[in-house]
Amino acid sequence: MPTVSMTVNGQDVSGEVEDRTLLVQFLRENLNLTGTHVGCDTSQCGACVVHVDGDSMKSCTMLALQANGADVTTIEGLAKGGEMHPMQQAFMDNHGLQCGFCTPGMVMSAIDLAAKNPNPDEATIRSELEGNICRCTGYHNIVKAVQQAAGTMGG
Amino acid sequence: MAENGIGASVKRKEDNRFLTGKGNYTDDINRPGQAYAYMLRSPHAHATINSIDTAAAKSAPGVVAVFVGQDLQADEVGGLVCGASVTGKGGEVNKAPPRNVLTMDKVRFVGDPIAVVIAETLAQAKDGAEQIAVDYTELPSVVSTSAADKPGAPQLHEECPDNVALDWELGDKAAVDAAFASAHKTASVDLINNRMVTNPMEPRAAVGDYNSGTDEITLYLTSQNPHVHRLVMSAFMNIAPEHKFRVVAPDVGGGFGSKIFTYNEEAICAWATKKINRPVKWTADRSEAFLSDAHGRDHVTTAEMALDADGKFLALRVSSQANMGAYLQLFSVAIPTLFHGFLLAGQYTTPAIYLEMRSVMTNTAPVDAARGAGRPEATYLLERLVDVAALEMGLDPAEIRRRNFIKPEQMPYQTPVVQCYDSGDYAASLDKALANADYDGFAARQAEAKGRGKLRGIGLSAYIEACGVAPSAAVGSLGIGVGLWESAQVRFNPTGGVTVFTGTHSHGQGHETAFAQLVTERLGVPIENVEVVHGDTAKGQFGMGTYGSRSLPVGGVAIANACDKIIAKGKKIAAHTLEASEDDIEFGDGNFTVAGTDKTMNIAEVAFTAYVPHNYPEGVEPGLDEIAFFDPLNFSFPAGAHVCEVEVDPDTGTLEIVNYTAVDDFGVLVNPMIVEGQVHGGLAHGIGQALLEGCVYDDDSGQLITGSFLDYCMARADNLPSFNVDYAPTVPLHNPLGVKGCGEAGAIAAPPAVINAIVNALGIKHLDMPATPEKVWRAAQAAG
Repeated sequence: MPTVSMTVNGQDVSGEVEDRTLLVQFLRENLNLTGTHVGCDTSQCGACVVHVDGDSMKSCTMLALQANGADVTTIEGLAKGGEMHPMQQAFMDNHGLQCGFCTPGMVMSAIDLAAKNPNPDEATIRSELEGNICRCTGYHNIVKAVQQAAGTMGG
Repeated sequence: MAENGIGASVKRKEDNRFLTGKGNYTDDINRPGQAYAYMLRSPHAHATINSIDTAAAKSAPGVVAVFVGQDLQADEVGGLVCGASVTGKGGEVNKAPPRNVLTMDKVRFVGDPIAVVIAETLAQAKDGAEQIAVDYTELPSVVSTSAADKPGAPQLHEECPDNVALDWELGDKAAVDAAFASAHKTASVDLINNRMVTNPMEPRAAVGDYNSGTDEITLYLTSQNPHVHRLVMSAFMNIAPEHKFRVVAPDVGGGFGSKIFTYNEEAICAWATKKINRPVKWTADRSEAFLSDAHGRDHVTTAEMALDADGKFLALRVSSQANMGAYLQLFSVAIPTLFHGFLLAGQYTTPAIYLEMRSVMTNTAPVDAARGAGRPEATYLLERLVDVAALEMGLDPAEIRRRNFIKPEQMPYQTPVVQCYDSGDYAASLDKALANADYDGFAARQAEAKGRGKLRGIGLSAYIEACGVAPSAAVGSLGIGVGLWESAQVRFNPTGGVTVFTGTHSHGQGHETAFAQLVTERLGVPIENVEVVHGDTAKGQFGMGTYGSRSLPVGGVAIANACDKIIAKGKKIAAHTLEASEDDIEFGDGNFTVAGTDKTMNIAEVAFTAYVPHNYPEGVEPGLDEIAFFDPLNFSFPAGAHVCEVEVDPDTGTLEIVNYTAVDDFGVLVNPMIVEGQVHGGLAHGIGQALLEGCVYDDDSGQLITGSFLDYCMARADNLPSFNVDYAPTVPLHNPLGVKGCGEAGAIAAPPAVINAIVNALGIKHLDMPATPEKVWRAAQAAG
């Protein structure tokens, strides 16, 4: 089996994978980073979103081997020194999560959204989150969380 | 109010782990030596199984075992059970055709599991399943609710002639017919309550883990009620005795009803782990979830209202058919009958009501409880019909509702359909909703929209639900095979921390926070010293789980009652220590005080004394650890009024919800932040049903057309508005905490509010859900 190497949450990692192994499988099964979730099999739900070289990416839609040499950040890599990322904090402050299953992917997408749109209005946030499905919150509080965090991150 | 007690919007205790990737969902659990299960499912909607050849699969690389139905039968594993026995016309109880864990004789829907392959890896299990040769003889199938009982329809089960599982009626038919005969006007609507796939974001999963040293099976699974899962698998399926069977529902990624039931794959993991003496893991992919999760709704209905000259409702007559799918799940026929028919009075004084409900079998996935469960269907038909009646009478939809509301002074109100409402002020909710939505300003907004080529419409929904399920004797007499009490254990640890064991299960509802608030309020213990534990049959007492908005109205009261037992015992201990009479001890803010003195003892000190009882009252047991079981006296009756305002583009059929206003009566709010979140989520579910979601099977082949998120439209962020949420609480007569439940309201109220707004915009009588752009465009064109 081929070997894949990448940086995940600042750590150099490598492992043997099948050609067909998806990045999400490598993260969950080889690295035991189970914060990244799988909610569908058609690239629709976004529960598996991670950052690859700074861009949000559905890790179910990418082979592990395609991430060879990449810099990957997962939900586990966001909090620094026990302090949550402003987006994580905003989701907590605004009750932007319920069951928590879509949350990691939603937070990772939202960080990318806020980084690329410093002052997003509600319509922009809703449109940009189209690739992440939440069944619990009705998105109302997710939108509020992203607005709060986007302001914090910008400042 | 205690700090962080009842009424405080405390940030959730569970959020830290969910936000940092430290949640522990079933698929995150891996056991040493684990093998992977993959289910071989029927590709046909209806077919006889002539033979299953597993020889090649058994010798495929990495395959550990292949099992078919006969293997489970040989081990005397029982089938899945229907927990409802509802009595229909002529005193006839519903049929309950048997269902094996793996189907052996004939498959009855696409996705019906017939074999399981267990291998070293999931990929090898899937590859192995490719090697199984099944010889089928295809049979004609029926998937349509309305076609199922028609002459000549393909028959699913010998036990169900004409595919009818239950022919049920409710109410006084003669009185209703007489009222229609003498009515000033009648209104009628034919409607379909569209089938929904429940789709919690976490697909179902199970990990069975047998310990041969102790002969114990542990089953981790995605469940809303792990004790019920264990009970069913132990009592009816012969998997293992309850005392040798631990069921754990860890973090669960949403349920919405579909994770109440015992499923084939869970039983297989629990059985196979012992059979092969290795842990066995199964996780559904989303396509499997679409095929095999229990679906919801799927009614075809004619509803009629008789009115007098003042627009007062004289009688309601409903004839309906409900699709049960290929097999009866746990609640199945109870949903379209008891949880639907009993709510048909709605908020109104309609004196005579008659419902005929046929529950039919089809070649589709089983249908059972889904968020709201029967109550959304009741509310939808009633609130659509009331709008049609308003149209017939030339009355404003708000006015016709107001004329028919049950008034607060009529409470408790005995409806003609079993339920006795214990509280509610429906006019107050409506008035507040209309004010919040600026109902009076609608005409001006409509005119302004017209100038932009848009059709603007406004719609109301005045709903009621029966939650807090449920008084055990009542549901027992109606044919539900369980008691629906709830339990709690409140345990002081010697150093003053409190562990609360609840029999309910949180899969998004925030019990770890809200229940801790109850304890903080009751016992005066800081919230950070209270830990709520749920979801593990090895921790704490038996419980019935979470569904029917019951966790707080039933489980919360059990917690409060256990707290009261703690206080009662604490008074004895404090009295002894403080050398006072027990009658003189007062408890408040976490302190036991001798009345009128400054002699006091904190509850943490009392707890320590209870565990180190050197100087202790005679006859009192050491320890401070109390259990309470609470059986409710009545359902609770959350209710409210919702207003939806839409703008339709007649040229494209697209529409936008420009304002959505909810005013709900949930009684006391323990954590308003969580309650508002529950309302939002329910609304998304209900608006999703009204505009986007619809499960479709092909009439000819019986194939599931909407089998993925590409084909089945889940609401995305850009499909929904922000919501305007408010409350108009009343005090329930029967709930000691004054709470009513809030988890299902949005899903119940929203569909009629949205459709009423759309038909108002288009100036038509009715449009079936989901109101997709194509349907709306066609209706707009036809309406001219």
